[in-house]
Amino acid sequence: MLKKNSIVVLFIIAILAMAALPVAAADDVFQVAMIMPSKINDYSFSQSMYEALKVLESTFPEGGFELVYSEDMFNVADAREAIRDYADMGYDLVIAHGSQYGTSLQEIAPDYPETAFAWGNGTEFYGQPNISVYQARAEQGGYVFGQVAAKYTNNGKLGVCGPVESGDAKTYIDGFKNGASEAGSPVSVTYTSSFSDVSLMSAAAQTHMDEGATLLTGTSQSIPGAVSVVKENNGIWMGVQWDTIPLAPENVLVSLVYDWSPILNDIVSNMKEGSFGGRAYDLTFKDGGLKFVWNTENMEIDPELIAMADDLAAKITAGEISPLPAQ
Amino acid sequence: MDNLFNPETIFGIIGMAVTLAMPYLYAAIGELFDQTAGCYNLGTEGIMMMGAFSAFYVVYETGNLGFGVLAAAIVGLLMGLIMAVISVTFKAEQGISGIGLTMFGVGLSSLLFKTLLNGTVLSVKGFKSIRIPILGDIPYIGDAFFNHNIMVYVAYLLIPIASIILYKTTLGLKIRAVGQNPQAADTLGVSVNKIRYLCVCGGAILAGIAGATFSIANINMFQEKMTNGTGYIAVALVYFSGWKPWRVLLGALLFSFVNALQLRMQVLGINIPSDIAMMMPYLLTIVTLIFVKSRDKPAALAVPYERSEN
Repeated sequence: MLKKNSIVVLFIIAILAMAALPVAAADDVFQVAMIMPSKINDYSFSQSMYEALKVLESTFPEGGFELVYSEDMFNVADAREAIRDYADMGYDLVIAHGSQYGTSLQEIAPDYPETAFAWGNGTEFYGQPNISVYQARAEQGGYVFGQVAAKYTNNGKLGVCGPVESGDAKTYIDGFKNGASEAGSPVSVTYTSSFSDVSLMSAAAQTHMDEGATLLTGTSQSIPGAVSVVKENNGIWMGVQWDTIPLAPENVLVSLVYDWSPILNDIVSNMKEGSFGGRAYDLTFKDGGLKFVWNTENMEIDPELIAMADDLAAKITAGEISPLPAQ
Repeated sequence: MDNLFNPETIFGIIGMAVTLAMPYLYAAIGELFDQTAGCYNLGTEGIMMMGAFSAFYVVYETGNLGFGVLAAAIVGLLMGLIMAVISVTFKAEQGISGIGLTMFGVGLSSLLFKTLLNGTVLSVKGFKSIRIPILGDIPYIGDAFFNHNIMVYVAYLLIPIASIILYKTTLGLKIRAVGQNPQAADTLGVSVNKIRYLCVCGGAILAGIAGATFSIANINMFQEKMTNGTGYIAVALVYFSGWKPWRVLLGALLFSFVNALQLRMQVLGINIPSDIAMMMPYLLTIVTLIFVKSRDKPAALAVPYERSEN
């Protein structure tokens, strides 16, 4: 009888030990969840963060980092449930990578004080000690690209394909217009009121080119539609948010890449010291967050043009140039 | 504003409208046949996405544009068969089953994109423009109307073809009879189910090709959800048309023209808020729908046919 009971007790202990094992293991793993409005390979905003998280993963020992993500979370109600689910599951850092997720974080973050939340293109952290906000100062890159585009085309007509007149898309476009007009190039801008309508983006690009623009730029995950038109018409494209060279290697002059690594590193190191948020970050040239990727492999690019872009970026960092026009 | 009224700009806008109308024409003429026979197909959007992916994938693998169109047509046919089985044989509620088919098509095309192409945005060489001899050389008009790819020309040929089939042939008479009064048609020996299967499948083939126009005849790439609601607009255009092929053409051109116009106005720096500009085509569609008389609406539209055995 005693032997039988001992076996039952041992069995229960073994089950409990096995159940406890993953918990112990999970505690050693830094778990990150990302919620994004589009895809991890959108050549745009979402991909920039995903790639930065992959870089972050490489700084952890093998098995010490876990990344999960939810794509196509354009619907805020769905995103809110996903954010809460990840927090419930004990993820250490939940990244809500889109300006539309702010109210969800404001509602959810107070319920999970041990979870760090980060809000992409966020404007404020609502006084929450566990929310960090980050945004790209896209106007800096826009200004430099405007100047570069004007020089590259000898003050030719330039076209900008925008999605929605808000967020970093708008600041990038405003900076581009300012840079180009200061350098003497006329700029036309279209907004399609959609982040995803590739067909309309393609039509917008065609309209710019019909009106004489030879160099185009634009943002959002619908830009493959515009790049396709540029490729067909042997035009030039300048990419933003992520490297668009693979979309048209013969036509993309340069891409302004968002590298979120410096910001992520800071968030993680603060978390290790017990601080889960309460900070606002700007992605700028200064911290290496805004980077140029020149298509020197496929195009002959005047080194002076590259030097000019670097010089302008340095002047913006030094405060000698204001990328946006004075109000 | 003066820039807008020079012939080059005006015909440029018209030329773009002619191209933009292409997918609407394929999808709306397909839907017109469905509805004339008494069947809704709100699955058009999903069929278009599957057509867009299958055409793109086949062209990407083979480089043959004809095979791409064929693949889109076959996939359209298969999805049309699903819709016909659900709505004609099983007599399910057509609106709901159509929405289900759209979700299935959009989801499956995304899954296939991720599985077969690793979700990577790639491009193919699509149909090239063909300048029609003599007509294509007419100043302004030539570029606007006679310098497009073959898929655009075929889209416009569908209008007279559909009109002839519906109003000059026995088959057209049967289709209209089945949509207006299936009992009477059945009494006269017309197989209601056979006609409805034919129209739903034929309409779905055109919807599949409509999807292909995005991926191999216009943008020449594939991206998830790239049809972006065109299928639903095609359904609205059928209402707009009052179930008449020539009015489908009018609606598609009007919608596309306003779209092309608002883009051109933005490029020309004509100061209107971009959101209002983007609303213009949709507002126009809604306003027009209010004034469309529904006297020609097929009386048995969306009504499953139950044969009376008495």
